[in-house]
Amino acid sequence: MSIQETNQLLRFTTAGSVDDGKSTLIGRLLYDSKSIFEDQIEAVKTSSEKKGFDYVDLSLLTDGLKSEREQGITIDVAYRYFATPKRKFIIADTPGHIQYTRNMVTGASTANLAIILIDARKGLLEQTFRHSFIASLLKIPHVIVCVNKMDLVDYDEEVYQKIVKSYKDFASKMEIKDVHFVPISALNGDNVVDRSNNMKWYEGPTLLYLLENVHIASDFNHIDCRFPVQMVIRPHTHEHQDFRGYAGRIEGGIFKPGDDVKVLPTGFTSKIKSIELDGEAIEEAFSPMSVTMTLEDELDISRGDMLVRPNNVPNVGQDLDVMVCWMSTNSLRGRTKLILKHTTQECQVMVREILYKVNVNTLHREEGVEQIGMNDIARISIRSAKPLFFDAYRRNRQTGSIILIDPNTNETVAAGMVI
Amino acid sequence: MAQYYLSHLEELEAEAIFVIREVVSQFEKPALLFSGGKDSIVLAHLSKKAFYPSRIPFPLIHIDTGHNFPETIAFRDELVKELGVQLIVGSVQKSIDDGKVREETGANASRNALQTVTLLDTLEENKIDAAMGGARRDEEKARAKERFFSHRDEFGQWDPKNQRPELWNLFNGKKHMGEHFRVFPISNWTEMDVWQYIQHQNIALPSLYFSHQRDCVVRDGVILAKSDFIQLKPDEEIKNLTVRYRTCGDMPITGAVESDADDLDKIIAEVATTRTTERGTRADDKRGETAMEDRKKSGYF
Repeated sequence: MSIQETNQLLRFTTAGSVDDGKSTLIGRLLYDSKSIFEDQIEAVKTSSEKKGFDYVDLSLLTDGLKSEREQGITIDVAYRYFATPKRKFIIADTPGHIQYTRNMVTGASTANLAIILIDARKGLLEQTFRHSFIASLLKIPHVIVCVNKMDLVDYDEEVYQKIVKSYKDFASKMEIKDVHFVPISALNGDNVVDRSNNMKWYEGPTLLYLLENVHIASDFNHIDCRFPVQMVIRPHTHEHQDFRGYAGRIEGGIFKPGDDVKVLPTGFTSKIKSIELDGEAIEEAFSPMSVTMTLEDELDISRGDMLVRPNNVPNVGQDLDVMVCWMSTNSLRGRTKLILKHTTQECQVMVREILYKVNVNTLHREEGVEQIGMNDIARISIRSAKPLFFDAYRRNRQTGSIILIDPNTNETVAAGMVI
Repeated sequence: MAQYYLSHLEELEAEAIFVIREVVSQFEKPALLFSGGKDSIVLAHLSKKAFYPSRIPFPLIHIDTGHNFPETIAFRDELVKELGVQLIVGSVQKSIDDGKVREETGANASRNALQTVTLLDTLEENKIDAAMGGARRDEEKARAKERFFSHRDEFGQWDPKNQRPELWNLFNGKKHMGEHFRVFPISNWTEMDVWQYIQHQNIALPSLYFSHQRDCVVRDGVILAKSDFIQLKPDEEIKNLTVRYRTCGDMPITGAVESDADDLDKIIAEVATTRTTERGTRADDKRGETAMEDRKKSGYF
């Protein structure tokens, strides 16, 4: 497998409300990168006119559902796509209001980068804090803080520098590694795609330049080898009588034929005989590749098992502390039984205790809470019915994440990050 | 040190293969909804890669409206033979004959909406619990909100306001009796990605996608192929045009574009500069602002 047009894929999330210009910014990125089609623009113009607006409301591009259009708000996560010659981008566009924390968490779970919008006139708000906290909680590797509406503060450098300073002060309380700042006007396009003539004092890159050049190759863990087996491929055909392949996605490290591997939970060891896809040999397999592996020995391996290196094994255990975002209208209390999904494993879990709830606006811990509700972020301890093979979420976003499912409704009720 | 990262096409391929394998692992009787269009052809190709050297472990389902392009049917039969996979055909004509649906009348009549009934019946008859499709989020605004694993209730309906959150790559395919899932492994692909992938993987396509001469009628700005299924209005006339198709739906509702692009390089160049969406040629989407959302809610693709 070697696809030569090596454009990288960058997934980023934006959180915000209509007021802070999020839709305008997305509209600007799509429009200036020529990713909006004429018939889409026509449809939006028609809708804007119907609603009696004297401007083209670009948020109509992103608000897809009837109920969203009626209410003029983004409810759900919407995915948008655009590409430049350098990269292809997937935007997870999420609503910014506190009641949609779960949607922000959803959008953030797969993102390499978060754009946080600050209105230059208003400075840091509660929601800036919330969005940054979610970015740090979900370990989004890169954050770009866009100080927007610079046109409304006369492109004043002092206003911008003040906001940058206060953001840095409060970001130091959170784990955000790679933060960039850009002063922009999404409405006029200053520093979005093209450099602004109105802010000569700003010598940094434009937003698009950052999106195109942020170093994302090391966002995946290439150190700890983790291969959760998704399924076993046994063709039973004459030609491939004895073929036994383990299909799955590499969730960490670099695997090569000849490597020693250990199988969890059995503890058996073997060597990798081949790594392939569609019959084509792969020399080195790394995250997030989907491959099929064969081993030198015939072992009893099935879905949910994990191949690792003998000298680098994940935690194996049934007791976990997890930060969860609760996503259901039915609240959670201690001693509740749920279904857990983690890598390719699934099993019952018991929620033993709610340790504390986090106030997403202040980061204060509220201890002694009896229950948590929709959009709450809390630390809980759980016990699983069988051993799980996991890493801390900060170490590996794939082997450190879980979802919880209500066995009665089958709904996904929580997203969890292993501490 | 070598660079350990994937190109966007490789990452999209890896994601789609992961999703397809997850479907086979989580469901008892999955199937691939095969329209004969490029997206479902790419899906069949990805399925082959996902399970090699095993054969694709699920059937292809084709909902035959009876209004298909003959090229599509010929291509379908060839591909099924090549992949060695089972084909299930659901016939809209049969649903009409059985009195389950009534054919639309009038100049713009189509069997597009009727397909939903045939589709749901076919899924039920064959006890399909997960139907994979080639829909993409960039196609249409309601589809932009679609999940990879999309839950359908016992009536086959989609409830867009009450969708399960989808986090990381942990997919929840749990359901009650009688419910099913639609799964969209190439959700994150754009039209351009699909074309680039087809070119890179050298995937065969029906001849409709390439420039050819065809007798057409232009209706409301849409170029429709002359066929037995379309009635001319008094002021309309048949013209011979050089066209190709960007999507592959039913003959009476799928618009062609005038184009000289007769190979993949030219098509990709055309896609790169084109200023309308591919569904812009679909009369079925022009029945109202939320035409797609409304159809999807009732069980459409």
